[in-house]
Amino acid sequence: MIEPIKIDRPPDRQIPRELVFRPKSSGVVPRGLTLAAVLIIVVILAIILGNIFIGGVGTINWKFLTHPPEQGMEAGGIFPAIFGTVALVILMVIAVVPVGVLTAVFLHEYTSPTSRVTRLIRVAINNLAGVPSIVFGLFGLGFFIGFVGGAFDSIFYRGEGPVWGQPAIIWAALTLALLTLPVVIVSTEEALRTIPSEIKDASYALGATRLQTIARVIIPQALPGVFTGSILAVSRGAGEVAPIMFTGAAYYLPYLPTRLNDQFMELGYHIYVMATQSPDIEATKPILYGTVLVLLLLTFMLNFVAIMIRSRMRKKRVNA
Amino acid sequence: MKEIKFKPKSKLKEFLGEKFIAVNAFAALIGILLIFTFIFKEALPIFTDSETREEAGVDKMVFKQEYYEGRPSKWSWQPNSEVPKYSLFPLFIGSLKAALIAMLFAVPLGVGAAIYSSEFASRRMRELIKPVIELLAALPSVVLGFFALIVLATFIQNLLGLTFRLNALNAGIALGLAVIPIVFTVAEDAMTSVPQSLRDAAIALGASPWQVSVSMVFPAALPGIAAGVVLGFGRAIGETMIVLMASGNAAIISASLTDSVRTFSATIAAELAEVVFGSTHYSVLFFIGTLLFVLTFVINLTGDMVLHKLKERLQGKLR
Amino acid sequence: MPDKPVKTVNHEEPGEKVTEAETKPDFKMTVENVDFFYGDHQVLFDVSLNMEKNRVTALIGPSGCGKSTFLRSLNRMNDTIPGTRLEGTVKLDGVDIYRNLKDPSAVRTRVGMVFQKSNPFPKSIYDNVAYGLKVNGIKDRHLIREVVEDSLKRAFLWDEVKDILSQSAYMLSGGQQQRLCIARALAIKPEVILMDEPASALDPISTSRIEDLIGELKKHYTIVIVTHNMQQAGRISDHTAFFFEGVMVEFGETERIFTKPAMKKTEDYITGRFG
Repeated sequence: MIEPIKIDRPPDRQIPRELVFRPKSSGVVPRGLTLAAVLIIVVILAIILGNIFIGGVGTINWKFLTHPPEQGMEAGGIFPAIFGTVALVILMVIAVVPVGVLTAVFLHEYTSPTSRVTRLIRVAINNLAGVPSIVFGLFGLGFFIGFVGGAFDSIFYRGEGPVWGQPAIIWAALTLALLTLPVVIVSTEEALRTIPSEIKDASYALGATRLQTIARVIIPQALPGVFTGSILAVSRGAGEVAPIMFTGAAYYLPYLPTRLNDQFMELGYHIYVMATQSPDIEATKPILYGTVLVLLLLTFMLNFVAIMIRSRMRKKRVNA
Repeated sequence: MKEIKFKPKSKLKEFLGEKFIAVNAFAALIGILLIFTFIFKEALPIFTDSETREEAGVDKMVFKQEYYEGRPSKWSWQPNSEVPKYSLFPLFIGSLKAALIAMLFAVPLGVGAAIYSSEFASRRMRELIKPVIELLAALPSVVLGFFALIVLATFIQNLLGLTFRLNALNAGIALGLAVIPIVFTVAEDAMTSVPQSLRDAAIALGASPWQVSVSMVFPAALPGIAAGVVLGFGRAIGETMIVLMASGNAAIISASLTDSVRTFSATIAAELAEVVFGSTHYSVLFFIGTLLFVLTFVINLTGDMVLHKLKERLQGKLR
Repeated sequence: MPDKPVKTVNHEEPGEKVTEAETKPDFKMTVENVDFFYGDHQVLFDVSLNMEKNRVTALIGPSGCGKSTFLRSLNRMNDTIPGTRLEGTVKLDGVDIYRNLKDPSAVRTRVGMVFQKSNPFPKSIYDNVAYGLKVNGIKDRHLIREVVEDSLKRAFLWDEVKDILSQSAYMLSGGQQQRLCIARALAIKPEVILMDEPASALDPISTSRIEDLIGELKKHYTIVIVTHNMQQAGRISDHTAFFFEGVMVEFGETERIFTKPAMKKTEDYITGRFG
């Protein structure tokens, strides 16, 4: 039997004053201010892009993209920097994509979202994403060049001068791979989440092992996300300068990098040195602007492709 | 009918394969640990080697030193002078100044744009604003540094009649541009996550749509927005190329926003090239790197924890 | 800025006992021939209904029959959903609330709403109740304090929270949070209170407290309540409307509806043959 509830009766007094509601203001001030914030950002972005485009578009032509620099960066082209950048990111992608994909697969298929292991790895990924780029440069110097390279040298090249223990494209690529690892992981995970469990169930029901299901069903389905992640990683890697400043990038080299322990020229590094250390800034300005525009176009093209793939992938998920 | 025989599966292969995946998965964790280890390792002489400690022990880096007899003690960063000076204070002031200017610039713009996008913009406008912010985020920092160095500095100098072309204000604004996407994304996410049921409750009480946004949604999302600001600040402190190119790189201690500054990150980038391997200067630069690592680690951890707590709270409500 | 106030409300006194001699019922809200559309999809068909002042009108029917949509059109909450359209008339005290009031938020200060799942703001208990006042331009802190206290008392919550007003509303139990939401709605002194299954998410004891509260509230307010629970409708309402697939099938005194339903569908629903 539920006990009857005692009811508190409200007092019988009258509230002496009136409630007078005023008509509302239209909210024009908050709307206007926040819209102004958006417009300011758009305008600034437009100015930056416009300035770079106008400054650099005149310089870009076939010769610019395919010839090496001449006359101390006042003429000629930036082909070696383009080559070096491409070689660098190719090496980086080879290193980062397998590790990133496997990490995402592990997090998604092998662990529960609340387990200690998952949380630990996630903390590591989030913090890796926040490490300053110059710290990566120090790491490349101290670990890859000093420790790993030095170890190679003392094991294989006793006595001879530094072979691996010096700035080299492979070390720069590996440093960048660590830097872009979070990008690949996040993108792959997003793709993994779109895979319906029915497909996995079907694979298991036919007797496939977990490894086989991963290799034959899951990873192929997640490829759009892997591509997106790779492209975003490339775009990021091509633009970062601090990690490669001391791990292999050089301003002027008479050769193209052909061996893993060669140094290399690179677009971003080129921009930095040209902008800060040119003896005659006015003379190099056209080339400088042209180089910046090339890097920017490269970055935007890559991002655009990645966004296209990603939005198609998201639409598929909604319809699934 | 032919018999179909399935080959037995290799248990060893399966086992090794899964272990291989697991090992790879720890790469991020191992990476973070390695980074800290190998950077700190190069900084160790500051604590362990007596000669290094003499020149650049922790007390020398923090407190005012009397470098010349008879002259007043001061904080100074001049590693390459006859009497090497390794005080970190000027660099700290530089990093702080640049980061604060960046936040002053980025927070109103980033949060304001996020409020507009989440609360006032139509769906079409929202789909235009997002790519704009993503574009801004995709700009390499070396490009922003270039722009600040070549274009922005001249503009500011002409506008304000400054003596120093490259200074904290110049670098701070460019830095702010790099921070805006972070603040925007986190703030916008926080506001759109406020459940519709709360918005309905506010409307049912007679609030107009903009009142709902200003008096209910924004305060409710404030912890998330604050986390975005914290994460943005972490980025501002650690950013290298923009300050390296645009701040003037002079290790001055001053309150003025239009003086040149030298930040932690730019110091490492500028001086590592000419430093002798294993010297005191070398160890100090790695020490600064360790400092940056720990600082950004703590800042990011804090920001992420606040966001995580927020998500939990909202989900608890929705259940 | 215009000075004319939009709404002036006095504290309502409990009226004298209602005598049986009243022949013409006083309708607080009248609904005539309402059709409601979500885009092209019609969900309410020619609904007409009158809500008598200071009475509880219950809306019952199976899931998806349109009763919640109907409830929400009484305070123009459906306006917040894009693509919705209402044809017909909804009148409050004889005034068409769709045609003659440009700002829908003005309606909501007179027709309040309590939701199915309690939704207090992430603010203190005090600020939750005060929200409606502040948002409608009341600035006098003493007045706000008085109204907050009064509203919490009317919702039978004051004694439980009077010492913890500055604590977060989320500290309260489910039943307390729902009474807080009722107090919040009462603070702006509405004349009609709409309740969408207010106790469906609560345990039996809390439910019974809410029902007692409704019984008290109807002395000062006109109440319209949507409920899945027919026993509840039978317990607390004066009139009941049965909805089925967007049509209001039958409406009348609760006692008659539940004992002598005129339509077969009504009888089927009440006896549990479906829904």
